[in-house]
This record gives sequence, C-alpha cells and structure tokens, in this order.
Amino acid sequence: MCGTCGCGTDGNGPTILKPGEHTHQAEHHHHHHDNHSHDHSHEHKHKVLEIEQDILQNNAVLAARNRGYFEAKNIFALNLVSSPGSGKTSILERTLTDLKDEIPFYVIEGDQQTLNDANRIDALDIPVIQINTGKGCHLESDMVYDAVKKLEIKNDAILMIENVGNLVCPSMFDLGESKRVVIISTTEGEDKPIKYPDMFHTSDICIINKIDLLPYVNIDVDKLKNYALQVNPKLLFFEVSATTGQGMEKWYKWLKENRINS
Amino acid sequence: MHELSIALGIVKIAEDETAKVNAAKVTKIELEIGVLSGIEIESLNFVWESVVQDTVLERAEKEITVIEGRGKCIDCNTEFDMENIYDCCPKCNSNFKGILKGKELKVKALEVI
Repeated sequence: MCGTCGCGTDGNGPTILKPGEHTHQAEHHHHHHDNHSHDHSHEHKHKVLEIEQDILQNNAVLAARNRGYFEAKNIFALNLVSSPGSGKTSILERTLTDLKDEIPFYVIEGDQQTLNDANRIDALDIPVIQINTGKGCHLESDMVYDAVKKLEIKNDAILMIENVGNLVCPSMFDLGESKRVVIISTTEGEDKPIKYPDMFHTSDICIINKIDLLPYVNIDVDKLKNYALQVNPKLLFFEVSATTGQGMEKWYKWLKENRINS
Repeated sequence: MHELSIALGIVKIAEDETAKVNAAKVTKIELEIGVLSGIEIESLNFVWESVVQDTVLERAEKEITVIEGRGKCIDCNTEFDMENIYDCCPKCNSNFKGILKGKELKVKALEVI
C-alpha cells in the first residue's frame, strides 16, 4: 500500500508538478516498502524491543531539515491552512499581485487533484510547484522537501505553501514553516475554532477572510476571535477581503516586517 | 483521515525495527496515544487491518494505552485535567497553559519473533 495516501499500487499517490508538466512524467512519491525477507530464527523466541519512538519523528526530522534550509537562505516560509473554500488561493493571488514587485515569491500548492491552483499562480508569473496528494488529505514535510528542491528558491524570498483544504489533518504535520497561517471566512461558523481546535492551536496567525460579506452573514466576529483565543491565546488576527482588498495593507505590513526578522 | 498516515508511520517503524534485529514478524505492538494528540483511536482501528496487510504487523496484537490530558496554568500554576486542547484553568480561567501530558503519539514497544 502507498505510504501517504493509502492507495493500492495504481500510481495514485502524490505527484509534484510544475504547470505544463504531465502527470506521468512526474517523479512518483511513493513510500512503498520492499518485501523484507528475514532469516527465520527457528527458535521462535519472543523478544521485546522497547523503542519508545515518536510516530511523527520522520516527519519532524525532515521538517527540521526544511526549516534549517529556509533559515540559512533567509526564506520566510508560510504554511497556509483552512477548510476548502475559505479563500486561501484568492488571498494568495491578491497578495502576490500587490507585492510581487517588492518581494520575490515562490509558491507550493497542495491539492488532492488538478493543477488548477498552480495555473492560477503561474498566470501571475510566480514560480510555483503543485503537489497532488492523490487520496492524501494533507502535505507532509518530505513532499515539501522534494518540491523545494525543484523550485530552486532564491535567498531572501517568501515561500507560500498552500496546504490541502482541510481543517483537521494538516495540523499534525510540521512542514518546517516559519509561521503557520490559518484562514477562516465569515461564511463559516464562529465556533469553528473550538470545533477544530488542533489547527488553531498550532497556528500563529489567523486571517478572517470575506470581511466584506459581514452585512449579509450571521456571524459575530468578536465571538469567533474569542473562541480562537480560547484555543490559542497567542493568535494574531487579520480581517481582510481578498475580493475588495479591505484590510490587506495590515497583512502586507506584517509580511514585510516579519520577513526581515525571520 | 490522517490516521492513515499515522498507521503507515507505525508500519514503517515496525518494519525498520524488526529488520534491525533480524526478526521475522511482530507478535505484539504497544502504542501510547494521548487524548490531546489529534488522533481518533476509532479511525486508527478502522484503517489498521488494511494498512498492516502484508507487513510484519499483519498478525500482531495491538495494545493502545490512552494517556489522559493534563495541563498547568501559566498564570496561577494550577495543574488540571484536560479533555480538550482549549480547556482553560479551572481556578483562574486563564487560557495560557502548558500541556504536561496527553500529546503522546508513540510506539512504546514491539514484541518480535
């Protein structure tokens, strides 16, 4: 069975592609295990191995490697997480459009299928890699490691990693990012932070998107923030509309300031 | 369903460790899972059978020790039991706390043959 997505041997695992590349040419990112054949001990003696190993250790090790690479090259790497439809790609498009003349950007797009998001970023002339996770529901540090090698990021850049739209699974997997940014939109329930606490607990920044829709939706933004702060008292908020541009300046200011200190 | 990735991570650890000692298979695996780890044990059990098929864990007995959550308030130092990651201090209601226990996600031991 495939190491990440649980597919069979049908080549349905993660693929890492630049826009214009074809799926079948991509390096396949499987974790298949060889069939080990060990010498059989005919004594059939049981032996207990006290290994005490963290199950996420492999992910943590490669995440640390990514982080070291980013730090050495002064790359400010952000891991963008949210439910599907909160506007991650739209925020990204707006941010890239407005700041690309000032800051070199690179993007890694994570989705289960299609190059659609990478094509949207590619249209802005920003270097982008798409990771298709197949049936996988989140990015892992080894996928980012491979994608980063392919991206050839210049020093002092910002790397935006758009995770798979999913408010549960990506929370457990450190990618080596400098900061994690959770995005929630005003069309979602204000109690989402306590319904999906792990994601808010592990994030540094919370962007509340679609703020222009406030007159039409039944949401109490203060309540949303209080729930989020209950989960993670250190969260920093930005209220924005990727459509109208409202509030984006504050987000840009934060990006510019923190990029230097990263 | 990140439990699938977790299950595959467990298989990888079991395969590596059995290979190190030249064992053929695992007869028992002991796991420690904290209630604040983000893992649903039911989901892990659901994917387990299909994940361990054709691996050293195929017929292994699986024993899961659940670790209860415990936190310590940063403001008033009270230690308290935690069921959710967002539980606040029962004494002073502060949300600032350190998690002492409950985030575990570990392969504790393997019994191999």
